[in-house]
Amino acid sequence: MANLKATEKKTKSQSMGMHSEVLTGRTQQKFFNPDEGENLYYFGTYDVDFNKRTELDVKEMTAPEANKEIDNLMSQGFGTIVIKNPQGKHSLGVGILNKLNLIFEGSLGYFGMGSCDGPTVRINGRVGWSCAENLMAGKVVIEKNAGSCFGAAIRGGDLICKGSVGARTGIDMKGGTIIVGGDAGAFTGFMMQRGRIIILGDVGINLGDSMYDGTIFIGGKIGSFGSDAVPSDLTDSDQDWLKRKLKVAEIGEKFDVSKMTKIVAGKKLWNYDNLEPHEKKGAI
Amino acid sequence: MCGIAGLIHRGKSSNVGSELQGMLQALKHRGEDSTGYALYGDTDGKNFIMRFKVGENVGEGSSSIMEDVSVYDERKKIVDQYLLELDAKIVKEERVLPYSLRYEISYDKKDLLEFSQKIESIPGVEILSMGKSLEVIKDLGNAKMVCDRYGLDKLVGTHAIGHARMATESGVDIKSAHPFWGYPFSDVSVVHNGQLTNYWNNRRLLENKGMRFMSECDSELIAVYIAQKMREGASLEEGMKASLTGLDGVFTYFVATKDSLGMAKDTMAAKPLVLYESDDLVAMGSEEIAIRSVLPQEIDTYDPYDGEVKVWQI
Repeated sequence: MANLKATEKKTKSQSMGMHSEVLTGRTQQKFFNPDEGENLYYFGTYDVDFNKRTELDVKEMTAPEANKEIDNLMSQGFGTIVIKNPQGKHSLGVGILNKLNLIFEGSLGYFGMGSCDGPTVRINGRVGWSCAENLMAGKVVIEKNAGSCFGAAIRGGDLICKGSVGARTGIDMKGGTIIVGGDAGAFTGFMMQRGRIIILGDVGINLGDSMYDGTIFIGGKIGSFGSDAVPSDLTDSDQDWLKRKLKVAEIGEKFDVSKMTKIVAGKKLWNYDNLEPHEKKGAI
Repeated sequence: MCGIAGLIHRGKSSNVGSELQGMLQALKHRGEDSTGYALYGDTDGKNFIMRFKVGENVGEGSSSIMEDVSVYDERKKIVDQYLLELDAKIVKEERVLPYSLRYEISYDKKDLLEFSQKIESIPGVEILSMGKSLEVIKDLGNAKMVCDRYGLDKLVGTHAIGHARMATESGVDIKSAHPFWGYPFSDVSVVHNGQLTNYWNNRRLLENKGMRFMSECDSELIAVYIAQKMREGASLEEGMKASLTGLDGVFTYFVATKDSLGMAKDTMAAKPLVLYESDDLVAMGSEEIAIRSVLPQEIDTYDPYDGEVKVWQI
């Protein structure tokens, strides 16, 4: 069983609230071996040319048909695909494990861009619940608002919403960055384990409830703190990183980051692994 | 799961029957056990429209008990007799289906409690709606099936709310289908998506105050709860705000009256809602595709936040 131990000396990343523990004991960590690189094949990836551009009208297509056609276009080497008339359909653009410029001219329904690894996506509309769930890498930019569970369980990448988002933004996130230009609803950062969330506007109640690790930055008012979410000092490193991130995200470049509130885990809910099953019941 | 949809035209009328049918049909994957419409049509406002049922749809999938049509005829006769005794004159009568009827009634009294109690004292009879504009139509099947069965696609009005139901906590029958009439208030209707966890406590409390429940569907509680608040003098919006703490569980619900439409979302924001708002139209639904059925062009929509209550006037 993996145990958690606080490190004595803090690195720069650790001072920003990241990786403040090391794994000891039995662990599931695996490391990439360059010698075995030739044996690794990422199923569903293609060599694409970003200058090779095409358009796809999905008005009369179902989501599986549209997604298959996107895959087909990538297999032909198209690196820039513009999707016309998405009209709020669910599950568009899911499972793309490729470098790709994908542009949606309209809004998506639920579970848009779920389980992706690598694409750069711009959605010139709104997205419904659970946008970019399980994102591994890449960049997803939403020009308008987003629904609840925005960026649920993402592992990496940048997820940017220029408008406002619903409840449970970044729930269970394990890495990556979520940036929101407007407000966010209740339970933002609920049970997050790693990664960072930036909300320039206000947030609802129970911010960071039961967060295990990671960092949340809030520019506006906070409805209330959730269980084990505590404010922390905003360091110079934090401010530098926030400025760079907002610039790259094309959002809030002139925002005064020095007035943001930083929230981290109080870590009172840690150490479940050290408890016997009957003790866990009491802790919960 | 269930899906809800609603729309309100401000300053004009439209074919709300057809529009709501399109919205609910887009949500049919959220539940096809039953579908219900609460339509606010253009009327002269002189007579009451009473939609009522004298039996259940006992078709495939129904959890109701089969009854002979002659039983329905008997119940209808008693309804007609009671209306005479209540000094209510039937101006127009329509038997849409053997178990479902629509009456236009001339009735002078404003208090519908006595009226409703007398009519519903007949076993097997339930008033689905009573109002000068409201008509509640609900039956088994998806939105298109119910719309076709009752000929709703031509109905012109200002606003409407509807519900596509996946039965989870009560039977597949008309009495458990939404919308629920805000008994005994004229022109009040409710649709709900979610689960209420303090249903029985609230039900017992409200029954002790003289309110009636026709089903064991938790959603009916919202209609009765709001009606009771209004009975105590609260406005629609005040009643809805009180429900955020008075009702426990997860919910997004719509309430409509003769001239307004409101939405409320619980403090956990656990149930979805997408909203489009402009100067002349408000449209909302459990999913954006419902709104897209009436507004296919690119529009700005958003999710209301936790604990939010909004009310719009026609």
